[in-house]
Amino acid sequence: MNNVKFLTGGQLPFCKGCGHVAVAQNTEKALQKLDFNPLDVVLVTDIGCHGIVDKNFLTHNVHGLHGRSSALAAGISAGLSNPNKKVIVFTGDGGATIGMQHLVGGAHLGFDMTVVVHNNMLYGMTGGQPSEFTPCGFKTPTLPEGSTKSGYDICELMLAAGAAYVERVVGIGDFSDSLARAFSTKGFSLVEVMEICTSYGVKSNPGMKLPKLVEEAGWKVKVFTEAKQRLFQTPQNSNPTSLLSEKLEVEPKYSGAISKPVSIMLSGSAGEGVQLAAEFLARAAMLSGLYATKKGSYPVTVGVGYSAAEVIISHEPILYTGSPVPDILAITSADGLGYARTAAGRMKGGTIYIDQSLDIPQTGAETVVIPFREKVGAQNSSLYSVFYMVGSQHFFPMEALRDIFMANKISQRVSVDIFMQL
Amino acid sequence: MHPGKTSLAFIDGSRLITESLVRAGADTFIGYPITPANLLYLYATKRYPTMLAAPDEITTLQWMSGFAIAGHVPVTATSFPGYALMLESINMAAMFELPMVIVLVQRLGPATGTATCGAQGDLSLVHGTLSGGYTLPTFSPSNLNDCWDISAKALHTAIRLRTPVVLLTSKEMVMTLQAFDWSHLAEIETLKVKTFSGSDTYIPYKVDESLVPDFMPVSQNNHAVRLTASTHDTKGFLQNSTPEAIENTKRLEAKVTKHLQEYLLFDLDEQAGAQHLVVSYGISAQASREAVRQLRARGEKVSLLVAKTLLPVSRDYVDIANRYERVVVVEENLTGQLRQLLFGAAGRNGLSGVNAIARMISPSEIVDEVMRKF
Ligand SMILES: Cc1ncc(C[n+]2csc(CCOP(=O)(O)OP(=O)(O)O)c2C)c(N)n1
Ligand code: SF4
Repeated sequence: MNNVKFLTGGQLPFCKGCGHVAVAQNTEKALQKLDFNPLDVVLVTDIGCHGIVDKNFLTHNVHGLHGRSSALAAGISAGLSNPNKKVIVFTGDGGATIGMQHLVGGAHLGFDMTVVVHNNMLYGMTGGQPSEFTPCGFKTPTLPEGSTKSGYDICELMLAAGAAYVERVVGIGDFSDSLARAFSTKGFSLVEVMEICTSYGVKSNPGMKLPKLVEEAGWKVKVFTEAKQRLFQTPQNSNPTSLLSEKLEVEPKYSGAISKPVSIMLSGSAGEGVQLAAEFLARAAMLSGLYATKKGSYPVTVGVGYSAAEVIISHEPILYTGSPVPDILAITSADGLGYARTAAGRMKGGTIYIDQSLDIPQTGAETVVIPFREKVGAQNSSLYSVFYMVGSQHFFPMEALRDIFMANKISQRVSVDIFMQL
Repeated sequence: MHPGKTSLAFIDGSRLITESLVRAGADTFIGYPITPANLLYLYATKRYPTMLAAPDEITTLQWMSGFAIAGHVPVTATSFPGYALMLESINMAAMFELPMVIVLVQRLGPATGTATCGAQGDLSLVHGTLSGGYTLPTFSPSNLNDCWDISAKALHTAIRLRTPVVLLTSKEMVMTLQAFDWSHLAEIETLKVKTFSGSDTYIPYKVDESLVPDFMPVSQNNHAVRLTASTHDTKGFLQNSTPEAIENTKRLEAKVTKHLQEYLLFDLDEQAGAQHLVVSYGISAQASREAVRQLRARGEKVSLLVAKTLLPVSRDYVDIANRYERVVVVEENLTGQLRQLLFGAAGRNGLSGVNAIARMISPSEIVDEVMRKF
């Protein structure tokens, strides 16, 4: 126990009789009992009447947004990663309502912090509207007939979410031991302090007694859980390595034989290797001293529907990576045909390689029908279309494509020979 | 990285952006998955000293702010739906004056729109992010080289000005794989936030002529730190609207504009005698470059302005544009957000746009618009 001041001693910014006063005073007392110094403590306050008390505290103070204080404090706690610092949140039942996700998440992950919920069962600062914590029968200025539903039991919720320490107290008199137990818990702790807003709660519910109201609401005044072991560890990647690995470089070994930039579209079905085939094509072009780009197109769900890719190969650096009208188009499935029909329709020349199972789209391009799927199976059809087009268009030597294929682990499963036969 | 032209790598923009941000001084990534920003998330798991998966984007921004308050420099990557959730928290971080970078990868909207389709439709949103007409410095890479240079600049600006910064990009810039000669990538300096070193009392929002206050993390025990997102005086005390507090809030804009010349980046490729100027940014800048190349190959005279620092809007852009009879602004959205930002709703004579949604703008459309009799 020390008697270091945590409060400035100035007037607290609350209405006469407001329950928030007791929380501030008991917090100071609890911190003294635990022998903390003010700058060991980071107080994170929410928006609401309770939150403007930050100006009276001599700790580090962070005053953020309505309902977000628990998430902000979690970030501070994880960012500090220092067991000697105490991160405390002051929030209201309003802040706990709008920011419930952060309380559940905080308890679940076990951030090292204490949340003090100032539950006066209404939104004080905005004029006494009911919150999700307002108990059945409780009246507020905007709900004069009284609430018809029960309020959240935040303690039960925190218990279920995995908090290390949870307690509900009635915020009258000295409850500093309760706060001290929470403050000294490693991990996520929460104390719900039941209070009365004199300006709105008392006026709307004359004669009401807080302990009786809490009891009638079915809210147990007790310690719900203590000394659970769940402490968030901030992950540390001790040896992050550069993303610019030399492995990404492709050293030219062959030479390309194109007279102008060529844009190639592969269009097939998801799960049939379209993106990989396009990447092989682009890499093989680079192995042949060309520039290449590869842009993918697919629906939002990765595993179904079409999958298409546009590859451009060029002797010069490529600025624009789109290719609205391909020079070469390979269509290997019905999904792929559906997607590529528009592009095929725009082609006034060039070549379309299309699987023999499909109908020929409207196009000005030459069409070549190949049994891609029949020969190598659906899964390898797109890869085969790439080998086939390189073999017949001679953009660069087949060896380039073969080398790229062999360097990939797919070559352990699939024999390259099935693709080399044209 | 090797000198010489043979070191062509096959990479996407996300890789360069991530590496650049980390080298520039970012140490924490907090993310919530969203297409098309997922590669940035994936690379973050490998590259940042600390990477955390948040349960939503409000939490993301709050955790980032918490990490920044503890002395870290955080980054996130998102797309419109996530950015929309972050909005209030970005305002908070700006009021706290916390350094961080938000990579906003644009995709087709409105709402969930099409996650796998690129777009340039969020500039107006970013411009209006801060309530009251304040500006978040906003950058946009126009090619892979910019993914390197501009990302570092964005992070350095966040650190130097103590402010959230937006790196505005789009699907094709961060996902398309490109053969890229990385032998000329510049060295990136690792910056740290300037902390208070005085022996007197620390006043959290007190500034010198730089208008940027010295930082103190809450990890230290020598000086009380007081941060508030509500209107506050230099000591960090909430004030309704005292003159001192209002001056302090106005300073948020003043610090950002005061230093603009230090982070104003654009490419200006002017051709003598040209009467046409193509203006663009981000992914559409590449189509614009190609269009200008084609036009010149045909003997047409045309100039090109590629904006990389988008916000605050630089007067330089308007001055450059005003040297031309015809100005064509190229951007992938319906109504011309950059065009309106530069020239207002009234526009000006000789101004037009090339706009598209749900697809990339092609060089031929730009060529056609430049050649169109106006
Ligand atoms: C996002 C958002 N919504 C609404 C508000 C308005 N608001 C300010 S305080 C408050 C409620 C405060 O109630 P509570 O958290 O219970 O604290 P009390 O005032 O009772 O101490 C609300 C709704 C706000 N600041 N931010
Ligand atoms: S309005 Fe209610 S909650 Fe707010 S300070 Fe007054 S008594 Fe307290």
